[in-house]
Amino acid sequence: MSNVTENTTAEQHMLKLFHANFEQISTLDTKPITALRQKAIDSISEHGFPNLETENWRYTNLEPLFLADYHIDFSNQSRPFDIEKIFTCDVYDLDTFSITLLNGWYVYKNAPLTTLGNGTIIGSLAKAMEVYPDLVNEYIGNATDINQPGLAALNTAFFQDGIFIYVPDGVEVEKPIQLINIINSPDPIMVHPRHLVIVGKKSKLTLVHCDHSLTHNISFTNSLTETFLAREANMEFYKIQNKGANSAVINNSFIKQKQDSNLISHTLVLNGGFTKNVINAELGEKNANTELNGLYLVDSNQHVDNQLFVDHASPECHSEQLYKGILDDEATAVFSGKIMVRKDAQKTLAYQNNKNILLTDEAKANTQPMLEIYADDVKCSHGATVGQLDPEAMFYLRTRGMCERTARQLLMYAFAAEVVRKITIDPLRERIDQMIEKRLKGELSICDQCVLHCNSKEPTVFNIDVSKL
Amino acid sequence: MAEDKSNDILDEVTQSEYKYGFYTDIEMDQAPKGLTEDTIRFISAKKNEPEFMLEFRLKAFRHWKTLKEPRWAHVNYPPIDFQDIIYYSAPKKKPQYESLDEVDPELLETFEKLGIPLEEQKMLAGVAVDAVMDSVSVATTFREKLEEKGVIFMSFSEALQKHPELVKKHMGTVVPYTDNFYAALNSAVFSDGSFCYIPKGVRCPMELSTYFRINAANTGQFERTLIVAEEGSYVSYMEGCTAPMRDENQLHAAIVEIIAKKDAEVKYATVQNWWPGDKKGKGGVYNFVTKRGLCEGENSKISWTQVETGSAITWKYPSVILMGDNSIGEFYSVAVTNNYQQADTGTKMVHLGRNTRSTIISKGISAGKSNNSYRGLVKSSRRAENARNFSQCDSLLLGDQCGAHTFPYVEVGNRSTIVEHEATTSKISDDQLFYCLQRGIDMEAAIGLIVNGYAKEVLSKLPMEFAVEAQKLLSISLEGSVG
Repeated sequence: MSNVTENTTAEQHMLKLFHANFEQISTLDTKPITALRQKAIDSISEHGFPNLETENWRYTNLEPLFLADYHIDFSNQSRPFDIEKIFTCDVYDLDTFSITLLNGWYVYKNAPLTTLGNGTIIGSLAKAMEVYPDLVNEYIGNATDINQPGLAALNTAFFQDGIFIYVPDGVEVEKPIQLINIINSPDPIMVHPRHLVIVGKKSKLTLVHCDHSLTHNISFTNSLTETFLAREANMEFYKIQNKGANSAVINNSFIKQKQDSNLISHTLVLNGGFTKNVINAELGEKNANTELNGLYLVDSNQHVDNQLFVDHASPECHSEQLYKGILDDEATAVFSGKIMVRKDAQKTLAYQNNKNILLTDEAKANTQPMLEIYADDVKCSHGATVGQLDPEAMFYLRTRGMCERTARQLLMYAFAAEVVRKITIDPLRERIDQMIEKRLKGELSICDQCVLHCNSKEPTVFNIDVSKL
Repeated sequence: MAEDKSNDILDEVTQSEYKYGFYTDIEMDQAPKGLTEDTIRFISAKKNEPEFMLEFRLKAFRHWKTLKEPRWAHVNYPPIDFQDIIYYSAPKKKPQYESLDEVDPELLETFEKLGIPLEEQKMLAGVAVDAVMDSVSVATTFREKLEEKGVIFMSFSEALQKHPELVKKHMGTVVPYTDNFYAALNSAVFSDGSFCYIPKGVRCPMELSTYFRINAANTGQFERTLIVAEEGSYVSYMEGCTAPMRDENQLHAAIVEIIAKKDAEVKYATVQNWWPGDKKGKGGVYNFVTKRGLCEGENSKISWTQVETGSAITWKYPSVILMGDNSIGEFYSVAVTNNYQQADTGTKMVHLGRNTRSTIISKGISAGKSNNSYRGLVKSSRRAENARNFSQCDSLLLGDQCGAHTFPYVEVGNRSTIVEHEATTSKISDDQLFYCLQRGIDMEAAIGLIVNGYAKEVLSKLPMEFAVEAQKLLSISLEGSVG
């Protein structure tokens, strides 16, 4: 596989790759899916990939990512194997139904598709395309806007497998479903996992999505999750990212919500060389609620970009966004959150808040909280801050006899806690809580302490220099 | 019932016509339509400009040809044919008047209608007026008084003749011709404007004021203003605009450059009330302006205050580059849009020096089918230790057909900077109205009261003479008879 050179753009390169491997990519396709791929390819030819002139990408440069000579697995290379042998979740008492993707392909011990007692189907998307073509065709591609520069089109063109979850009407899935996305490859690898989550009427689902790398090799994950919430459906969506410095992750999340549905999303970026999380939530019917929370703790030269778009397409919906970040060393963070209130989406309530703490002069925070409003009977507000710890709060703690170091740690911990305490899965919250506390004390070595167990031989030690606080 | 009443008022508002819509018939000395190097040579020759000016224009023009029209703003308009514009038009009679009696009476009448304090009112208002009528300055008052202090306040063309070295030294240093599409266009074809120079340690004894006025149909107006405040000086500058009602869209691409040296302070106030187009969104002025101030020296201060009620499309971002340590930038804005007006306006505060501070207060009011956007950048560079910014951008929506948008950009590159941004969008609450009504204030007055209260924070920053006009404009553009 030749890489991007001076004469070939990344787009041309990927298009060439697509056409050369079309047979393999589309092996399991139904007709509508092949058509969808074609549309995506047309979109890439027309719009290209985002660059620094693309509004949503103005602070995130994609170009260097395409320079590596990536390998793509066009067929499932993973044999059925016992995932527990190479991976154990570090949240010991987290009781989940766990499923694993290795290099973008579904890893199964027994069956590629499992139907639980309550009718919930969990398994490989590739298999679901074969077994439940109607169900898949009805939903897939419906929440995703591929007609703009972005990597959603690229995923749509190249995806072959991923997770498929279907929760029938009236079912509450008791255990959280944990999706573990593992990259393990000696060569630079590019993966395009695609996930489809359908939650039926009055149903309930908790999904924990973990991105994880087993090696420190270069990788590029461009995943896309489409989520459909029917009436009165409830979903809680956790995204935990803890990847090596050479990994790049772009997560595209598209959510469509019906009347009275509720979505709570938590995005926790604890490590990752390059991370971009895109969440597009469409509140398509009245009284749908969305709550998007995020926390990012980044250091060295990590780059994290959270791009949110909440589309109030119907009246009486409610949305909240709270994203907080602590940036150390030369880390850069981008927050671009947009609330769109469509015409006639009256009685909308929408709030948005982004707070950043910079620990060094080299760290950079770019934030764009945006409102675009076309209805008058609305209450929308947003706020953004970049700064340091509140000197008054510091002073207060100091007057109580606390040493400066402890006071600082306490305030930082409290800063993060606002997001952490929103996590409703107790073991997960406690674990993350501990982790953050340790990390802020400079005691945390990410690879043996983190939520996601990592077998790296060279653990990176995460040092927040407390004297800089 | 209350709602019906408020709709009536809104209707009334929508129906209130532009009061300053008239057209003065004066013979024009025009350049042929279209833009080529010859047009630029024509303009330059007409104005008898020094050689460096022509070169500057030509460089700008050549650069402009390489640029594409920007489309990123949240506005929609049909493509502009830049070859279908007359780039130079001047009143034929050369404005070399000994006294006001010699001024073309028709012109004086125009000013009278605008209420410019040119003659009787000039003592009363205490305002020196450099009135610009379609590109060429026709009358300048209070010149002597200013000259005593060493203040230079004259038209740009005159400054080019009398003080070419000052112009050459400062022009294009804040807004280079490479800055953007419209800045390049302006640099190539600007016809006239104002030049203001405050020498070291001088506090300008009066408010300086310039009225811009677009007159001939089909004539783009390309003003250029340059204000230089030397060390320790102070000036308050006012710019106000009204335009006659014409059917064709008129393009206005101005440049304002301000340079504040050490300890200098410049206050720049604008009331903009150009023709916004009719109720169906036909016609109106396109206002694509580059305004930028440079706080070059330590402890300098630049403050922008604007009341924007006019123009079919407003596209401007008065900015401050805070280069000197401890310098201060301020931006206070009220932008009102009605009918089909579109405004994409805001500011840029670029913190480069230490301990620099900036404040942004922006109040948007949208009614009718208009769209009103705030777009702003607050940037703090690595060196800008202890920089501080506070931004507040509020939007008020009147009617369910309009849009209010906020696009702030915050870029922070050091740890000691504190940036706070907050914004709210809402309509006039029923509670507020109810409170006013039960105190016996009628609906019309109540809305007026609330809107005025909403904008007060900004209006109070205007020079007094202007504040009165600004309030009147708010009434005209929004409230009908409510005041």
